Amino acid sequence: MASNYVKRKSISYAKWGYIFILPFFVVFIIFQLIPLASTIYNSFFENYLILGTTQVGPNFVGFDNYKTLFDASSELPKYLGNTFILWIAGFIPQIVFSLLFASWFTDLRLKLKTGAYKVIFYLPNVIMAAAMGMLFFTMFSQNGPINSIYMSITGSESPYLFFDHVGSQRFVIALINFLMWYGNTTIMLMAAINGIDPSLYESAQIDGASPARTFTDITLPLIRPILLYVLVTSLIGGLQMYDVPQIITKNGEAMNRTSMTVIMYLQKHLFSKNYGMAGALSVILFIVAAVLSLLVFFLMQERDTKKKKKKGGRK
Amino acid sequence: MTNLKKILAGALCLCMAGSMLTACGSDDDSSSKSGANGGVDSKAAEEAKSVGPLVLTKAETATQNVEGNEASQKTLKIYTWNDEFKNRFRKYYSEYDAEASGYSVDEAGNDVVGDHEYLKDGTEVVWVTTPSDNNAYQDKLDTDLAAQADSEDKIDMFLIEADYALKYVNGPYVMPVKEVGLTDEDLADQYTYTQQIATDANGDLEAVSWQATPGLFAYRRDIAKEVLGTDDPTEVQAMLSDWTKFDEVAAKMKEAGYFMLSGYDDAYRTFSNNVTSTWVNANMEIVIDDNLMTWVEQTKKYTDEGYNNGTSLWSDQWNADQGSEGKVFGFFYSTWGVNFTLAGNAEDNAGKKDGLYGQYAVCEGPQAYYWGGTWLCAAAGTDNKDTVADIMRQLTCNKDTLVQITKDTQDYTNTVSGMEELAADFSSEFLGGQNHIALFSKTAPNIDMSNAGPYDQGLNETFQAKMKDYFLGTVDLDTALSNFYSAAIEKYPELKKPE
Repeated sequence: MASNYVKRKSISYAKWGYIFILPFFVVFIIFQLIPLASTIYNSFFENYLILGTTQVGPNFVGFDNYKTLFDASSELPKYLGNTFILWIAGFIPQIVFSLLFASWFTDLRLKLKTGAYKVIFYLPNVIMAAAMGMLFFTMFSQNGPINSIYMSITGSESPYLFFDHVGSQRFVIALINFLMWYGNTTIMLMAAINGIDPSLYESAQIDGASPARTFTDITLPLIRPILLYVLVTSLIGGLQMYDVPQIITKNGEAMNRTSMTVIMYLQKHLFSKNYGMAGALSVILFIVAAVLSLLVFFLMQERDTKKKKKKGGRK
Repeated sequence: MTNLKKILAGALCLCMAGSMLTACGSDDDSSSKSGANGGVDSKAAEEAKSVGPLVLTKAETATQNVEGNEASQKTLKIYTWNDEFKNRFRKYYSEYDAEASGYSVDEAGNDVVGDHEYLKDGTEVVWVTTPSDNNAYQDKLDTDLAAQADSEDKIDMFLIEADYALKYVNGPYVMPVKEVGLTDEDLADQYTYTQQIATDANGDLEAVSWQATPGLFAYRRDIAKEVLGTDDPTEVQAMLSDWTKFDEVAAKMKEAGYFMLSGYDDAYRTFSNNVTSTWVNANMEIVIDDNLMTWVEQTKKYTDEGYNNGTSLWSDQWNADQGSEGKVFGFFYSTWGVNFTLAGNAEDNAGKKDGLYGQYAVCEGPQAYYWGGTWLCAAAGTDNKDTVADIMRQLTCNKDTLVQITKDTQDYTNTVSGMEELAADFSSEFLGGQNHIALFSKTAPNIDMSNAGPYDQGLNETFQAKMKDYFLGTVDLDTALSNFYSAAIEKYPELKKPE
């Protein structure tokens, strides 16, 4: 019976591989690649609407839009700086708490029942960012609950105007970003830690290693690829930060635009449908994101290869 | 378990596809619009040698490439940004079918309607409501009106505000009122200024309003009695009749533990309506009027001295300041503000007439001004022209209806003779029995809209936002002004900073 099958030509399943990945490429080309190309194309034109009715352009202007953005009076560096500050202020507590929770929840000796916590930690991420922004804006507003608590604790007559100070305004934005994303990161890091061979921990324990030592010498090095992934995705997400600061800072205008991110600046140009300037800004942001991602990626990669070389040398 | 995996995998795929879709937000669809040519005539602007006000020209009305389909002919599609006009329409338009629409008013005074609303001839009324915040309403309107010529689903009517009326009045998307079917006779009793602002560069009337919006100063009677010793509007007016006196009262309020005004922008309209030039001149340069600088100076002083509560217009605290928990003496409000906003904020429980209901009074304040107002436009290409004409006639020209609106809602309506008749004998329960209509009818004929322009809203908003940094002490005045210029040019790339 079996001999019948042996005679048949071998069947190639390769085409199915291509068919299965085809949807990704179709969607990618239509919704990512073509808009990307058209954004770059548009960035070389003067193209906007006067008062919503009169179209100006599109006229080819070469690199004029870029020149305006890199002009000495341009505030683009300030907005890039704002974006970075807001991102890092949210990211540091996020990664610290995520690592802490992830190592607690995966510690076999603690025997924690983590199911409910995982869901609770993740919940803020399910809420739309704009809704979180509205919620915190109301909570920290002049007549909001945080100010009632503040006034009853300190006995102060007047409320603290959170959105009229640079530091507290940035703090609220960073707090929202932290609360929204630490659950997501925790779950990702837990998956990474669970993937580590338990025998490594066992042998370390037998050798008398403290929990802190196992964390720094076993856990951290072994979850590095996932940490890298978390860092890069968070970085790209941070560069595109828009909805939370937009709502907290009243379209970015509050406090001399000290919490205005690059995407919010881009949005300003869409008031008059200024596709040329908005396009140029998008291209710059794209380049910045690409450079930063590559930088992080190669920094981590390099250390890996060095280590391997060393090991090879010893053998 | 395998089922769960499949579901998870499916969900992840969806998420991935979804996240990709969101990336394509800013595609361009502008090339099709280049034919339209309205608003500002840049050639005329270049040629004008002496710097005068911005030269406006009327754009040619857009020609319709397709007719509205059958469904569109049976649908009255109206664009608006809030519920004010809806209330008027449902209550006072005689052809509105309250029964089929399931219309009633609940205890708090809010409209309750079914899923679909109808006129008596079976036409369905569809509201497209977009809040004004961050220019969302105009964005939506511009996009949809630009698509009107090639759309089978026609917009029939849209509402505009004074601050940007000229943009649409001179734009290509409005059908002139005469063409809609209103006659001079119909329009004779309206306040002239309401027609002035809605008249295009060729002299054709493009929009009509049911209200006139002279502004007044609304103040708390209880605080006036305590601090000033009287709550009589004539005596209080005498104490507030110019800005020097106004400042003196502000100092008294501060001493007694109250705020004169709620926020930075409260007095803005009284200054911005008394400017001597438009925001933009014929060279397309932005002009900051001296009177606006007076506002900056005054508000800086009020902020430093603690005469205001540091709120912004329409913020939560600003609204709360008007209720019984508030410590603010008064608010600059025009007609609609008194009945539509202040009356609602003053009550502790909506519709219960408690809290500060009856505790407010109005006086002219230091300077005459106007604020806002809503105009009705017939959209070019409407397929319900006769219905639109009928609505305009009934809600903006019919004296009996307008007088009734004023009696019911205390709104100040657009009928000169009707308001004069009412002014003789009117008493507002909300204002503690005061006859505010008499005050309004005294100030309404003085409204001058000659310095209104199409850039007013955008530049007013930007100016207020940028000056707030100065009031708070974040930046100095020069920085605030240069920030204003760059933010304004970001918004309107065609404008220039004066040399």
